[in-house]
Amino acid sequence: MNTAARRVAFGKIVGNEARLTWRRPVGLVGGVGIPVLLVVIFGELPAFAKHPGSFGGLSVFAAYVPVLAAFGIGLLALLGLPMPLASYREIGVLRRLSTTPVPRSWLLAAQGVIQAGIAVAEVVIVIVVSVAAFGQAAPKSPAGLALAVAVTIAGLLSIGLLIAAVARSANAASVTGQLVFFPLIFFAGLWFPRPLMPAVLLDISDYTPLGAAVQAMQDAMRTGFPPAAPLLVLAGYAVVFGFLAWRFFRWE
Amino acid sequence: MSIVAVEIAHLRKAYGPLVAVDDVSFSVAEGEIFGILGPNGAGKTTTVECAVGLRTPDSGTIRLLGLDPRADRERVHEIVGVQLQASALPDRLRVGEILDMYRSFYRDPADLGDLMRVLGLAGKRGAYYKSLSGGQRQRLSVALALIGRPKIAVLDEMTTGLDPGARRDAWDLIEAIRASGVTIVLVTHFMEEAERLCDRVALVDNGRVVALDTPAGLAERARGGKTVLFRPSAPFDDRLLTGLPEVTGLERAGQRVVVTGTGELVNAVILTLAAAGVTALDVRLDSSSLEDAFVRLTGKHLTEEKEGAST
Repeated sequence: MNTAARRVAFGKIVGNEARLTWRRPVGLVGGVGIPVLLVVIFGELPAFAKHPGSFGGLSVFAAYVPVLAAFGIGLLALLGLPMPLASYREIGVLRRLSTTPVPRSWLLAAQGVIQAGIAVAEVVIVIVVSVAAFGQAAPKSPAGLALAVAVTIAGLLSIGLLIAAVARSANAASVTGQLVFFPLIFFAGLWFPRPLMPAVLLDISDYTPLGAAVQAMQDAMRTGFPPAAPLLVLAGYAVVFGFLAWRFFRWE
Repeated sequence: MSIVAVEIAHLRKAYGPLVAVDDVSFSVAEGEIFGILGPNGAGKTTTVECAVGLRTPDSGTIRLLGLDPRADRERVHEIVGVQLQASALPDRLRVGEILDMYRSFYRDPADLGDLMRVLGLAGKRGAYYKSLSGGQRQRLSVALALIGRPKIAVLDEMTTGLDPGARRDAWDLIEAIRASGVTIVLVTHFMEEAERLCDRVALVDNGRVVALDTPAGLAERARGGKTVLFRPSAPFDDRLLTGLPEVTGLERAGQRVVVTGTGELVNAVILTLAAAGVTALDVRLDSSSLEDAFVRLTGKHLTEEKEGAST
């Protein structure tokens, strides 16, 4: 196939994957609906508008904005990506694709494109709503935020891809995704925002993908271009888990 | 000489200690319907999976119209359509969406309208995959194998799980595909299917080709020939027939005569009798079936299944 034909073929795969995502919108509901709904609820809670001294000048709500953004990315990457891919292996879609001139890896890439696209939309909605409806300051460093979101998506999608690589079924992928998601979102600060975490938890959080994501996004929104440490942590997850997923992906 | 579509020589493939394919060789001429017949676990599917490049053989060579399925992967997948055993599609895609996507994978794809009409899917374009019947799913699967206008179609157990009516439709379809110039490699464990459709059949057992011939040839080989039964209009001397090169044996059972032999046995018997003024009445030709051939060649039954049953 020439380049144009390849582009058309990839576009068709993305189109069908997008239809499937839309027709079974669990990922959309969990990955976009829940965080946006939580932003609205948290924004309406008077207690969340307070600025506890321990929060370093942030309101509780402000502390939660990046946590909720990370929540959506995590859910989309750890459940939205691996579940369909594991089911494609289970029912033989990947095998069938192997018999066509198109590389079967394109299906993985198409899912990655879609989940990444939804994740970007989710972050944008969460931040726009928090700024427009709940009086948050606009991000200090939009470029830094964009970079933080990009490496977060890359790191989380790599982990999701490794789940898809080894899960034997869509069910197994779903269970594994949840088992990974809940500890990660804990360290991101869903139950205890990072300013409330004891030093030990905070140290661990810095090295978890969603903890690093919240740190980088919070810095980009409040202080300026995020420091290198959380960005490198996320890039590290992207490289290591991406390699493992590529190395261990079971096509059948 | 006809062009060789598929050439497989000394194929071997093991999964750990389990040898799925031990030593398989055969070649398929262009335009042929070639059957690979054998019980479950005989190595049929592994053989075709190696042939279409889904698996790397441990040893042996494979050429599809001269191309190596591993080295020329993309080119091979352009010219070989594959319908895989037990391979489904996402429930929430529509038939038209699936076909349109697979169509974009090929350089010179088939016309969707034509393909859907030939496969009896016309009017199903907007139907979700999950709403299709078993037979419709199978036909869609075949449509995807044919959508790139392949020169070779590999159909693995395409009628397994279909009811008898749908199976007959599938047979007509295979004949129609061949009529359009496509070489067909048909994997099956249904005798009737192989007998009805295939020009030649490779009987596979324990990862080896135990026999390769036309269905009739295999059956004949199994029985050691054919049997003609008749009632002579007048007495005749046994030696009149036993002297013929086609005849290997003659028995009398009451009024009836049972002659066994090979080749053009019926003609030889009737013409010889007629020349001696004897008419053969109530002539019946008993050919053994491919099933008999299989039992004889491998010592086991092909399948316990009856037509219409599914695995």
